[in-house]
Amino acid sequence: MSKQPTRTIKVDILARVEGEGGLYIKLKGDQVQDVKLKIYEPPRFFEALLRGRNFAEAPDITARICGICPVAYQMSAVHAMEDAFGVKVDGQLRALRRLLYCGEWIESHTLHVYMLHAPDFLGYQDVIQLAKDHPAVVQRALQLKKTGNEIVTLLGGREIHPINVRVGGFYKLPTRSEFAALAERLKWARDAALETVRFVASLPFPDFERDYIFVALRHPDEYPFNDGRLVSNGGLDIPISEYEANFVEEHVEHSNALHSVLKQHGAYFVGPLARYSLNFDRLSPLAQEAAREAGLAPVCRNPFKSIIVRSVEIVYACDEALRIIEQYERPEKPAIEIHPRAATGYGCTEAPRGILYHRYRLDEDGAILEAKIVPPTSQNQKTIEQDLGQFVPKFLKLPEEDLRWQCEQAVRNHDPCISCATHCLRVEIDRG
Amino acid sequence: MSSKVRRKPRIAVFKFASCDGCQLSLLDAEDELLSVAGALDIAYFPEASRAMGKGPYDIGLVEGSVTTHHDAERIQEVRRQCKTLITIGACATAGGIQALRNWKDVDEFIRIVYATPRFINTLKLSTPIAEHVPVDFELRGCPINKHQLIELITATLAGRKPNVPTYSVCLECKRKGNVCIAVSLGVACLGPVTQAGCGALCPSFDRGCYGCYGPMESPNAESISNQFRVLGQNNAEITRAFRSFNAWAWQFRKASEESERT
Repeated sequence: MSKQPTRTIKVDILARVEGEGGLYIKLKGDQVQDVKLKIYEPPRFFEALLRGRNFAEAPDITARICGICPVAYQMSAVHAMEDAFGVKVDGQLRALRRLLYCGEWIESHTLHVYMLHAPDFLGYQDVIQLAKDHPAVVQRALQLKKTGNEIVTLLGGREIHPINVRVGGFYKLPTRSEFAALAERLKWARDAALETVRFVASLPFPDFERDYIFVALRHPDEYPFNDGRLVSNGGLDIPISEYEANFVEEHVEHSNALHSVLKQHGAYFVGPLARYSLNFDRLSPLAQEAAREAGLAPVCRNPFKSIIVRSVEIVYACDEALRIIEQYERPEKPAIEIHPRAATGYGCTEAPRGILYHRYRLDEDGAILEAKIVPPTSQNQKTIEQDLGQFVPKFLKLPEEDLRWQCEQAVRNHDPCISCATHCLRVEIDRG
Repeated sequence: MSSKVRRKPRIAVFKFASCDGCQLSLLDAEDELLSVAGALDIAYFPEASRAMGKGPYDIGLVEGSVTTHHDAERIQEVRRQCKTLITIGACATAGGIQALRNWKDVDEFIRIVYATPRFINTLKLSTPIAEHVPVDFELRGCPINKHQLIELITATLAGRKPNVPTYSVCLECKRKGNVCIAVSLGVACLGPVTQAGCGALCPSFDRGCYGCYGPMESPNAESISNQFRVLGQNNAEITRAFRSFNAWAWQFRKASEESERT
């Protein structure tokens, strides 16, 4: 038997992702022997430190899991608590929560599309370099991102770790007139988002598709943010309270984040591609049209094209934010009354990176006895590793540095948030 | 004057145990980012760039607390590489929310979260950067205020003292013309013992301050604890109030331990 050469591809510190991680790929000949998304970001033990805290503290404490998507943590936490206490927040308060989520999607997606992902397609190290050659593109990005942050700031007080979200609603509600200036900015942002879709549709995409098991929320009428059933393209259709009966978390040695798998299927995929492919019919007509113009079918299986899908979701978020603002009438009370009881509550909402699951067991005073949090990135880790396993063999002839960069890009397709996953990424390619 | 072109000061951003929110504040400074990039050479900032320039650096921004043996060694090297070392945020400055482990058995924490505890390597305490190396300036907040960050970078480049006040949140409320919610609504508010910087956000939203900027320069924690008791809070609630994002800051630590003993 001839001895085939082995080789490794290593990236010690994966750049342009949130948090710390690396990548290690081992090849023998043109066979991939091992792919590890290494998460070395230190664990922070949120589920443990939540024990003994009051239910009302969960939205602010869990927000600190991630500075990029704090709203998602606040939303999943408040929904889980309200589920436990048997109350439902509806009407304008519910609409304002959707509006807050629109702000986070615009801000987080714009950050990823222009500052973390686009430089890969265009061969730049970062957005600052990109700005030297394309100042107008980067200015548009910054102003678009700022508009998302302005929504979160108006409703939440500040863009990172907003302070106005509480179980039952908000602490203080904005008046209609406070939204006037924001609505004008959002109209500009919607046009900027449409230009963003056109811009990213012109980027070069590798010919790479996979048959993913997509998992996302699905709501009878809306593109999902806060509510819905968990569905997949493999026939899954469950209430969120059955999440743990269908998905399990595994602890692997190379990662400080737990890996999540769908029972009987293994790896699955959450996030913009899944959300879009399972809910295309729920997008606004403008967002659907933008997707079609960009050449996207109602189902997208090319992870590199997630940059287009994110841009389409920015269009949707601007559109939806404007709709909510136009119909806004300030409710009399900022929150509904909460009466704690001993119970277990479930929350699952669509963070920018995909479904974020929370479960809390509470005592009769509302103290947290047990907490469980499953962020989107830990659900996607296996899929990211499998993507690389299939992607790398097609590009082995590339020079080392180019191959490493392609691998990094393949990871960044998923906008991994390592801070979330450890409640991380280095790329190593091993060719022996 | 010499015709030699002046070298741009080099800045680096390092992450320890944290949520990434404070370094994101730099990218959230949408109106200032390109000017900052014009004035400085952003040499090492992995969250934003693949180009990772080697030290030494003129300014190092450190986010996050020290929670592993590896990080305890890494911060020594970071200090050696940085002329001016600035910590950004409550994790780097006070140990962060993850410092709640400091009152618990960390091995039990590992067992609660992870199925195979032997894979996990962590220290018993989550500690601020200044417990490991000398720090030139500590910027408070969970998260930091991006305008304070820009002011701090500008002041450092100009070689002057940054305008970052150490008085309490109460002064910001007065300046904004807020009616005191502790007095008018009877809300438990940590504003009197908490350093300004947020712009009195929570009180402006009819909510008590929860102390995310940490202790002000001379906090009377005993008095605020008594006030909380008058408002009907029990010792467990007072302990929790001091034990959040700046729990390991010594004034808050002392206050929480006193209410826990009472």
